[in-house]
Amino acid sequence: MSETQKTEAEIGTARVKRGMADMLKGGVIMDVVTPEQARIAEDAGAVAVMALERVPADIRAEGGVSRMSDPDMIDGIVEAVSIPVMAKARIGHFVEAQVLESLGVDYVDESEVLTPADEANHIDKWQFNVPFVCGATNLGEALRRIGEGAAMIRSKGEAGTGNVVEATRHMRQIRQDIGRLTTLDDAELYAAAKELRAPYELVAEVARLGRLPVVLFTAGGIATPADAAMMMQLGAEGVFVGSGIFKSGDPAKRAAAIVKATAFHDDPKVIAEVSRGLGEAMVGINVDSLSEEQKLAKRGW
Amino acid sequence: MTVPLIGVLALQGDVVDHMRALEAAGAKAVPVRRAAELDAVDGLVIPGGESTAMSKLLEAFDLFDPVKKRLDEGMPAFGSCAGMIMLADEVLDGRPDQRSFGVIPMTVRRNAFGRQVDSFETEIGIEGISGAPFRAVFIRAPWVERVGDGVAVLGRVENGGDSGDAPDGRIVAVRAGACLATSFHPEVTPDARVHEYFVDMVRGTAAEPAVR
Repeated sequence: MSETQKTEAEIGTARVKRGMADMLKGGVIMDVVTPEQARIAEDAGAVAVMALERVPADIRAEGGVSRMSDPDMIDGIVEAVSIPVMAKARIGHFVEAQVLESLGVDYVDESEVLTPADEANHIDKWQFNVPFVCGATNLGEALRRIGEGAAMIRSKGEAGTGNVVEATRHMRQIRQDIGRLTTLDDAELYAAAKELRAPYELVAEVARLGRLPVVLFTAGGIATPADAAMMMQLGAEGVFVGSGIFKSGDPAKRAAAIVKATAFHDDPKVIAEVSRGLGEAMVGINVDSLSEEQKLAKRGW
Repeated sequence: MTVPLIGVLALQGDVVDHMRALEAAGAKAVPVRRAAELDAVDGLVIPGGESTAMSKLLEAFDLFDPVKKRLDEGMPAFGSCAGMIMLADEVLDGRPDQRSFGVIPMTVRRNAFGRQVDSFETEIGIEGISGAPFRAVFIRAPWVERVGDGVAVLGRVENGGDSGDAPDGRIVAVRAGACLATSFHPEVTPDARVHEYFVDMVRGTAAEPAVR
């Protein structure tokens, strides 16, 4: 190789995809269904918005098959804000993902909130330049998604309920699973990989690092500043808020409050201050009252 | 000050990776979210993240003016990506209400290299950093369109993105006195040479580059 030869710029590398999620750390990503909501989210200090046609609470209420959003609607939101825009594709629906990539979306969420399009396979995410975030309820699931090319993981929680109990369970589960791996010796990691049904290399990497090799956010049922701060204290590196903001009484104020509580998650005085006078929180659903059929977190495997 | 204490502005963004890189470069690193924490540090890193969110939080928690004051007094600072935007005195394609510290006379265009699907990594030479080329990771990165008096250009990228009307390539690394700024993210690679350079700046041992 001669000295004057230039190295080619490489796009879509694992470092570029995972690095994008690194820049979102400590931040809040908000579900929005209109350009107007996207502007409110950006004004409040959101680090990104998730463009979708219906927030999870409405998907639950209205039922039917839930799909990728209309490209016009996504374009409108991309136009409206300067922060990154994410959008959801159905589990396994690689063509929806191709469409979202072609629209210039910054991150694709292969999401259980939409109706799964493939009962056996998730999207082969290595085939894309756009990075993917995927949901997980435990470490094995997180590592299977990373094995398929996910560059960011979020807890699934139970979207659209305004009830944080499932997100808590998933965050604690992932953290416990990681903690356990760090106590195993090399020989035991092979069996652990088998138990977790996850690639051995990723299991060994997590055991060595003591964390996931990608950024871990939380999602599902976060409705208050205190909910967001609790997830951060449980080890989340950032927060997705779905229905919790725009299904509440004063979205702009609540959005700004959740942003502040996420940044100062370890300071109860700040959380108390921002929690004052926020108006009505979303009504919420008790997860116990959902049938197994109605639980979105069961989607994906 | 053989082991300088360097703060990383920890309101939002890639804080931990900067702290790790600073420690690898021989400094002691601490997160900074309050004025009292800021008072203690010898230098400050403004990390990559979303400059709009960072600017909001700086104002909301009354940290903008204290940081600005220390920067104006000459505290060494290093900004990567969003941090570069925060140090500039002119920002293009930002939000109208977005504030920056304005300590480096330069014009920075936000998200200039494009959206995430255009994000890239490549090798570049950086003045003041010897040895092999530096693997530079650009994520929805800004570039510098104008540098004012006293600003030294340390690095350009000739490929990746559209160099269009910039035949010498886009400016992606600058130094102005005690301030260093890069469009790319040295904190996401294991190579700590840019952080070593900044730690030397804080120690006062990094030679001033020539301004051309």
